[in-house]
Amino acid sequence: MKKSISGIFKEGILTNNPTFVQLLGMCPTLATTTSVVNALGMGAAVIVVLAFSNLFISLLRRIIPKQVRIASYIVIISGFVTAVELLIKAYFPAINKALGLFIPLIVVNCIILARAEAFASKNGPLESFCDGIATGIGFTLALTCIAFVRELIGTGALFAAADGSGGVQILGAWYKPASIFLMPTGAFLTLGCLIALVQKIQYSSEERARRKKIELDAIDGGFHETLMRDPDTGKIVRRPAVAEGPGPEQTAAEEPAAPETENTPEPAAEQGKEDA
Amino acid sequence: MSNIFMIMFTAILTQNFIFSRFYGCCPFLGVSDKPSTALGMGMAVTFVMTLSSAATYAVYYYLLVPFGLEYFKTIAFILVIATLVQFIEMFLRKFVPVLYSALGIYLPLITTNCAVLGAALVNIEEGYSFIESVVFGCSAALGFTLAICIFAGVRERLNFADPPKAFRGFPLLLISAGLAAMAFSGFSGMRF
Repeated sequence: MKKSISGIFKEGILTNNPTFVQLLGMCPTLATTTSVVNALGMGAAVIVVLAFSNLFISLLRRIIPKQVRIASYIVIISGFVTAVELLIKAYFPAINKALGLFIPLIVVNCIILARAEAFASKNGPLESFCDGIATGIGFTLALTCIAFVRELIGTGALFAAADGSGGVQILGAWYKPASIFLMPTGAFLTLGCLIALVQKIQYSSEERARRKKIELDAIDGGFHETLMRDPDTGKIVRRPAVAEGPGPEQTAAEEPAAPETENTPEPAAEQGKEDA
Repeated sequence: MSNIFMIMFTAILTQNFIFSRFYGCCPFLGVSDKPSTALGMGMAVTFVMTLSSAATYAVYYYLLVPFGLEYFKTIAFILVIATLVQFIEMFLRKFVPVLYSALGIYLPLITTNCAVLGAALVNIEEGYSFIESVVFGCSAALGFTLAICIFAGVRERLNFADPPKAFRGFPLLLISAGLAAMAFSGFSGMRF
């Protein structure tokens, strides 16, 4: 099952976003999103670790014995985490101070182990490297969204440096900063509302797809009356041909004449009337 | 003595691992659906975290520092914790089967619980002595247990709630956790 590079990127950033869709790695997501700069710093660290650990795990995937694979992955991951930690300490001491222990704790971030196990151990080095970058970007984007909301509501400014100085004042002097958004409570509330928003978008796009299918079927020659709701999955499926019916034409002709049964999907019937 | 008490109080309430430091949020949200599971997880974490605080202290000050390998601590600690969890699992299965059947299924999950590694790193960062490290590990884990048990009770009630469709599942949990965190932030005004 080879995947195209663009497919990998789309999946990692949008459709399978590690934070908003897979709901992985909650600790750094909640803890490091007090400002946009912190979120970007955390995201960059995760991108580097994820890309390189994926690359190396993919290269070593035929050598690592199956029984000790998780332990080997953790050693590889913690090697890269240590390297990133030392680099950040040397070149960005303010970020290091703001993120605190969450840089070494990338080792136990479930996103990285999940990608190693689910992707890098089964795919080639190039795909795995791209998957690491894509998932990392997805994580960074999610973190930045949360940090954007929290910093804007919590301070009224954006892009303050990691030590709390600077920042662009967005909201005017009339705005009283709601500092509860910088506190742990704000992290939980913001993330909860954002995930609810994502779920809302998912539900409405599913609903649109469902309506579109019904509409198409209706245009398709009036076969919408032959649709029914599958009792197990709740999806709209074609009604199976009646056993004694000699052929599909017969079934199709019979069905509309039948009175509305429980099985007839309501939206489908309404849609049909509108179209008529 | 007052120092020990302060460490305990801080770790359990004012700097609660979940609601203030955000260590161990994955098991907090994942295994808190029933009070009994939450208590089992909490006890397993308490057990491992107390022992791992002692073990990582010994490894850091008697192995890494003499050889000047402090920068290796992340790798060393995660290996120590993974080995320790494995040993605890084997020991319990052989000698304390009752405890093993209660905690067994949670033990493998603990290796990748950031609370355990977090506690070990905090001990080093704060420069705690051996006794202080063990007390901190134990009381931080008790704070974790307290948080996860409270939240499991809240979750049982949430099963009967009827939220808007978009808020079903995870968002509702996060928002309830946010309200619980608000209650815990009331402790942060207390200083000694």
